[in-house]
Amino acid sequence: MADHSHEHPANPIKYYIGVFLLLMVFTALTVFVAKFDLEHYWGPLNIIVALTIAVIKATAVVLIFMHVRWSSRLTQVIVVAGVFWLFILLAFTMSDYWSRGGWPTKLGQ
Amino acid sequence: MADHATHVEGLAHHFVSMEQQKEAGMIGMWIFLLTEIMFFGGLFLAYTIYRTTYPEGFLYGSHLLNVPLGGTNTVVLIVSSLTMAMAVYYSQLGERKKLVFFLFVTLVLGLVFLVIKYFEYKSKIDDHLFPALSLYNPASTGAHGVPLELQQPVRVFLWIYFLMTGLHAVHMIVGAGILITLIVMAQRGKFTRVYNSPVEISGLYWHFVDIVWIFLFPLLYLTGFHYSPGGGH
Repeated sequence: MADHSHEHPANPIKYYIGVFLLLMVFTALTVFVAKFDLEHYWGPLNIIVALTIAVIKATAVVLIFMHVRWSSRLTQVIVVAGVFWLFILLAFTMSDYWSRGGWPTKLGQ
Repeated sequence: MADHATHVEGLAHHFVSMEQQKEAGMIGMWIFLLTEIMFFGGLFLAYTIYRTTYPEGFLYGSHLLNVPLGGTNTVVLIVSSLTMAMAVYYSQLGERKKLVFFLFVTLVLGLVFLVIKYFEYKSKIDDHLFPALSLYNPASTGAHGVPLELQQPVRVFLWIYFLMTGLHAVHMIVGAGILITLIVMAQRGKFTRVYNSPVEISGLYWHFVDIVWIFLFPLLYLTGFHYSPGGGH
């Protein structure tokens, strides 16, 4: 894609309002869903739903409010690298805990 | 440099063009935000490890938080992100009055967030739920009835709650300072259609702090929303 295709739209306000509405609706949705004990059906279901909604909200903010959708390729690569680095931090540490088959000694128990 | 005989307002001499200067500024800010991701990332990692270790303690601790206040703050931050985006938009059009207006609204919303946060912290401290002080105070167990076997895990949760929201609140305070600086600069006419990078770069910071809260709200407040202590969960 040529750099010129990344130009900001002449009037981005409709995008901003759209993201704003999405954020509000998804905030209401995540509060509503949290009321239910989905863990009754499957252990991690509550957290999966909550994080999926949070990731969608964050992506909308990054792409539109932070203009990454219209930014240069270099900026886009930097953003993805940052998220990927966070993934390494979380995934490698957790895989270390899991593969040792145990958790830190529980306090006070 | 004969090519650059016409000096552009706000263009530093080591950049070829306004576009190049702006791109460099944006990338510099994103690199900074990457370090911020890792800064908060350590705390999110601690949250993941301890939540996996003490699921019951996290449900109980999360249940102690005030969802209406946390939810209100979520909405306040979302609106402030919209007004910040509008401020960036009007700075690029060179409309000083609208720029100052939206920066000001963003600042007010940021302060509203901090005031609500203050009252939340105060009620937690009053209820003996500040983990460094007196979770073990008999008065606190009487008021909240944290079961003895959950006191340590709940304490871990409360530490993580205060650390994560505290670090976030520090970022909000810094953001408020940035907004005040921008408002003063805008009123002095520093920003034009051509030179407005400080507004956009500050916008990136503000939206980043909003994104951190987008994750903190469900992880801290909503995790125990369906939980009923002693309900045999």
